[in-house]
Amino acid sequence: MVPLDWYLILSAFLFSAGLYAALGRRNAIAVLMGIELMLNAANINLVAFWRFSVDPANDTSGQAFALFVIAVAAAEVAVGLALVISIYRNRRTVNLDELDILKG
Amino acid sequence: MFGIPIPIPPIPTIPQLVFFGIAAMTVVGALIVVLASNLFHNALGLALTFFGVAGIYILAEAEFVAVSQVLVYVGAITTLISFAIMLTRGMMKGGVSARNQQSGTALIITLLTFLVLAATMRFSAWPRQATAPILDFEAVIRNLGASFVNEYVIAFELLALLLLVALAGAIVLARDRK
Repeated sequence: MVPLDWYLILSAFLFSAGLYAALGRRNAIAVLMGIELMLNAANINLVAFWRFSVDPANDTSGQAFALFVIAVAAAEVAVGLALVISIYRNRRTVNLDELDILKG
Repeated sequence: MFGIPIPIPPIPTIPQLVFFGIAAMTVVGALIVVLASNLFHNALGLALTFFGVAGIYILAEAEFVAVSQVLVYVGAITTLISFAIMLTRGMMKGGVSARNQQSGTALIITLLTFLVLAATMRFSAWPRQATAPILDFEAVIRNLGASFVNEYVIAFELLALLLLVALAGAIVLARDRK
């Protein structure tokens, strides 16, 4: 059996990688990919804690929450990419540091 | 030799070896997502990571979540992201860096976040070993399905509404108005 720590460390790594992509990348699509990595990290935690809970066969709420997260992530990426395409059509760029029209 | 017993690491079992392999694949995919400057390589690394995470779910005996992961993430989200990359192509030709000016600060913040998260997860008093082996795999799926129509029914219906609104909104946003 794989110890719980291993799942958690892997999830911490995935979260940090996603955070770096979200904070340090210039392209909006790359930032969205970083957010997807962070959501996956959260899901690994949910599933791992479900497996190590007291009665995993009867209390499946960890898996249910993971499935909810997957569905919300699908909605989020659809809207996010539609926004990216809309911005690209209007501004001819998706580089986030050039999109400063709201700056006073 | 010096009176200090050298701790011998325990021999990894087969699931642990499989975990190592899948985790290595996931980590490589995540590094491609973060470090490669070509956006299309990022998307392929993302697909690799999603497959690896699905393998992790199978190792954790959450098969239904694993299949959903492959269907939704690898099947839908990676494809959507590839489409978006192809539709917004052309701006990567300018030879600009893939990282913004704050990426150095972002790296420091990220490393500190990883250290804090890893230390917290390592030294907290979680249950270290799985309590009970799952004998009846069908019961897991049965209970999961039942929970969606019993205790989580409101969240489930709201989620359906959210998906509908989000997809209609995505179409409206991405439509060419001219």
